[in-house]
Amino acid sequence: MSCRVGLEIHQMLDTRAKLFCGCPTELRRDEPHFTFRRWLRLARSELGELDPAALFEYSKGRTFVYESYLDGSCLVEMDEEPPHPLNPEALEAALIVAMALNCRIVDEVHVMRKIVIDGSNTTGFQRTALIGFDGWVDVEGKRVPVSTVCLEEDAARKVGERGGEVLYRLDRLGVPLVEISTAPVLSSPEEAGLAALRIGQLLRMTGRVKRGLGTIRQDLNISVEGGARVEVKGVQELELIPKVVELEIQRQRGLLEIRDELRRRGVSPGALDQRPVDVTEVFKGTNSRVARRALEAGGVALAVKLPGFAGLLGREIQPGRRLGTEMADRARYWAEVGGIFHSDELPGYGIGGGEVEEVRRLLGCGPGDAFALVFGEPRKARAAVEAVLERAREALEGVPPETRAANPDGTTRFMRPMPGRARMYPETDIRPIPITGEMLARLAAKLPEPPEVKYERFTKVYGLHPDLARKVLRSYRLDLFERAVAEVGAPPTLVASTLEGTLVELRRDGVPVQNLTDEHLLDVFRLVARGGLVKEAVPAVLKYLAENPSSTAEGAVRALGLEPLSVEEARGVVREVLRGMEGVIRERGMAAFGPAMGAVMARLRGRLDGALISKLVREELERLLKGG
Amino acid sequence: MSAEGYGEAAAELLSAAGAGVFDEVELERDDGALVRGVLLPRPQYGDPNVLVVKLPNGYNVGIDARRVKSLRRVGRVEPSRGAAAPAPSPKPGLPRVHFVGTGGTIASRVDYVSGAVYPYFTAEEIYSMVPELEDVALVSAETLFNVFSEDMTPRHWSAIAERVAKVFESEGPAGVIVAHGTDTMGYTAAALAFALRRLPGPVILVGAQRSSDRPSTDSATNVLAAAVTAVKAPFAESVVVMHAGPDDTAFYVHRGVRVRKMHTSRRDAFRSVNAVPLAKVELPSRELKVFARRFTPRSSEGVVLEGGFEERVALVKFYPGMSPEVLDFLVDRGYRGVVIEGTGLGHVSADLVPSVRRATEEGVVVVVASQCIWGRVNMNVYRRGVELLKAGAVPAEDMLPETAFVKLSWVLARAQGREEAVRLFLTNVAHEMDERSEEWYYPPLNYFERYVRG
Repeated sequence: MSCRVGLEIHQMLDTRAKLFCGCPTELRRDEPHFTFRRWLRLARSELGELDPAALFEYSKGRTFVYESYLDGSCLVEMDEEPPHPLNPEALEAALIVAMALNCRIVDEVHVMRKIVIDGSNTTGFQRTALIGFDGWVDVEGKRVPVSTVCLEEDAARKVGERGGEVLYRLDRLGVPLVEISTAPVLSSPEEAGLAALRIGQLLRMTGRVKRGLGTIRQDLNISVEGGARVEVKGVQELELIPKVVELEIQRQRGLLEIRDELRRRGVSPGALDQRPVDVTEVFKGTNSRVARRALEAGGVALAVKLPGFAGLLGREIQPGRRLGTEMADRARYWAEVGGIFHSDELPGYGIGGGEVEEVRRLLGCGPGDAFALVFGEPRKARAAVEAVLERAREALEGVPPETRAANPDGTTRFMRPMPGRARMYPETDIRPIPITGEMLARLAAKLPEPPEVKYERFTKVYGLHPDLARKVLRSYRLDLFERAVAEVGAPPTLVASTLEGTLVELRRDGVPVQNLTDEHLLDVFRLVARGGLVKEAVPAVLKYLAENPSSTAEGAVRALGLEPLSVEEARGVVREVLRGMEGVIRERGMAAFGPAMGAVMARLRGRLDGALISKLVREELERLLKGG
Repeated sequence: MSAEGYGEAAAELLSAAGAGVFDEVELERDDGALVRGVLLPRPQYGDPNVLVVKLPNGYNVGIDARRVKSLRRVGRVEPSRGAAAPAPSPKPGLPRVHFVGTGGTIASRVDYVSGAVYPYFTAEEIYSMVPELEDVALVSAETLFNVFSEDMTPRHWSAIAERVAKVFESEGPAGVIVAHGTDTMGYTAAALAFALRRLPGPVILVGAQRSSDRPSTDSATNVLAAAVTAVKAPFAESVVVMHAGPDDTAFYVHRGVRVRKMHTSRRDAFRSVNAVPLAKVELPSRELKVFARRFTPRSSEGVVLEGGFEERVALVKFYPGMSPEVLDFLVDRGYRGVVIEGTGLGHVSADLVPSVRRATEEGVVVVVASQCIWGRVNMNVYRRGVELLKAGAVPAEDMLPETAFVKLSWVLARAQGREEAVRLFLTNVAHEMDERSEEWYYPPLNYFERYVRG
């Protein structure tokens, strides 16, 4: 089955200040100084439309609590002061990214307000501007179209939720991001992963982006043939992309099969015009804790018949996730009701067979019918039933278009309805910004080197083997390689084989290499370049650092006893070893080189260059045999 | 075919293609870039020959008309200024509250042509903006005029006062809410306090520091808090209701004669000066807590209106090196009153003293208030103050300079002669003066100390 995947990559820019004010762009860990509370309301776009996603958030009527720092965020983040003019440093970075992705550049930048009223923006909208369009990026010889490159402000960090209150922190709000969207042309999970890797690499090569966890975020648009466009938000790890795509294909395929089965069973949309039935009486003496708690709090039990759905609610469509799970997700979101069950999982969760039979009887369920059961406050329970019926109707159509959030295991859950264009309004507080030809010509000189040029340089100037050069060019750590060679002065082949070989081998041996930061690696290469570490000892030092991430390269060398020896010190060791095996040497002559080398290496491995040791052993062997 | 706001090159390109704003167009730029979208009107600012196109993804982009190789009209969209607001369904038996729109951020929406805001104010729209009102009040509304706050004049004050008096007399609402731009709201609030001598309910000025077209607008909660005040307040004075802090949950009711806009942009820009606020409204509980120990209660004896303001009154800020010509000019031009925002306890330079004397001799009332804003003028302490008093200057006591200006305008419109004007000016008319300066009138500002890293 074919799939179509588009990427949306959000990358934080490494600017001094935020996009619309002078605040720093670093996240903070200390206790916030103060909080304030707000509500958000709906607004209409200039075409007079209301956005469904915005309507949905508004319907939840939440209070937003913002945590802030007196010296870290200013009135702009608090929405107590109009935005300052767009940060020119961020605009320049976004232009460079757009140009590096071969985009057309707009003649005038218009900042928009994208309505987002989940509270993640104090204003109720995210400011965003389209900078470039119609570009492309080369992914393993395939030209993947880049639809748009936008410059936008990051949202506030959500730090908690309790009752009807959502807690956000303002430190991240307003940090400049570039958003890169590809056309939905990627046709396999692997290709999606590769494209994300290639774009991420290009971003890092511009030297204008932040690095580290949480500085890049991938969203995916995924559809299978006959399915619908589903947006998956917030994939933080590159490695997870192929898996998310694969599982989403599986989910959409599963939903299409359920649709076909429902059609075979002759279930029509009209059959789902069901009214909920109050079954509170049935659960008066229930053993279910969830049910009891809800009823004791004054709630009700509502059941609704889902004709023809028997067996389909419990069918797995992603590992551990079923159509029933999707209904529960919806009910939770629209009605904020937690206690929801479906007949395919009952009896269970303390709900007994007798209770199930009684509900079936009250609903008039036949053997082919399923039902959903909701426990909660009356108004919310009714809303939850509506959400379940809505999702059941969509099951007759196949795959509902929606925005989903990625779970850490690669599965996804419902997040909100797909937003439309009605949520874009002009930002009237910021004047349009002209982009001139001179400006673009000046920036052209700052673009990262294209891959072909890099390949030439790596093989000719750095002397990398063509295979290794190609490996480095495809690597996520391409920019790290360049820094280690150019800034630190480490030998190119050593850096390349460490990054592309040693790290892979260490991982295979179970060493926690994910603990190694760019700083760790640069530290190791710096020590090699200074002569404080021989290249043979690099794997051992990396292993030590991975296991002791708070240590330094020098600390590792000391702990492992791998301080390099001078030639004279080494010669002393060689002589000592050879003296110990003088008998064998006298007997076998130069043929004793092998065993002698082995014995010496056991003492000197990692403390002196291997070729040099070999030379010392030969010299000392000859001297000994000559009768020294 | 309209090329609204566009320059010559753009207009030419559009007319050749038979295209205009709100048409869907397809164009090719000189670098081969293809753009398809809806052509929007040109905002007033920026290069008028850059086309603004709304792409299908909702983004607006600017494309230079001089770089366009070809442009084709492919369709049209009908812009609408929003669907009609749904019919409100207020609970029966609620008290009536009347809204008077005068302009400003609160009663406006964005005009996407200019990027500016345009006014709107009907009961339906108020309910649609603040659905919570359906449980609070039966709302009626009218637009009296649409004036930016900075364009308000004493004549507008009189017009508002007359309208408010009329509404109270003929419709008997629990309170009247005046939607007003925030920049000069304090002046209007003071003017209404002097003009409306007796009222059956409060007149409440309300505004917004964030326009109503954004989800984070403060207009809805300010309006709700104003409506709660209209319905629940025991006082019948001219007040301002705005945010008490950055939270959407607390609102202060400030006395109109004591309030001043003290910040350019914050929601809680309004502060009571030389007084504590009259009351506080809390949301979502809709409670009203009264702080004031003395206030003018609701009257059942009918409205007393004393409108009219003398327009030949000036408010002048003293600055180092100020020339006496400034004052002389006003006297020469026939001004009848001048409020000088002096320094400290109420001083101006020695150069100005003869001009003050001359003004007084010519029957002009010269009032001295303080540019310190907080505190009371006292012209007996330093020699300069004594000189000014001798020259005829009138101390504004603890009145805000703006309130002193409005009061002097009001006094001069009704007093017979200078002497009566001065006497009336120094009489407490609407709680604008207080013989006691209590410690808590001046809020402490030391909260930041615990966060300063040392």
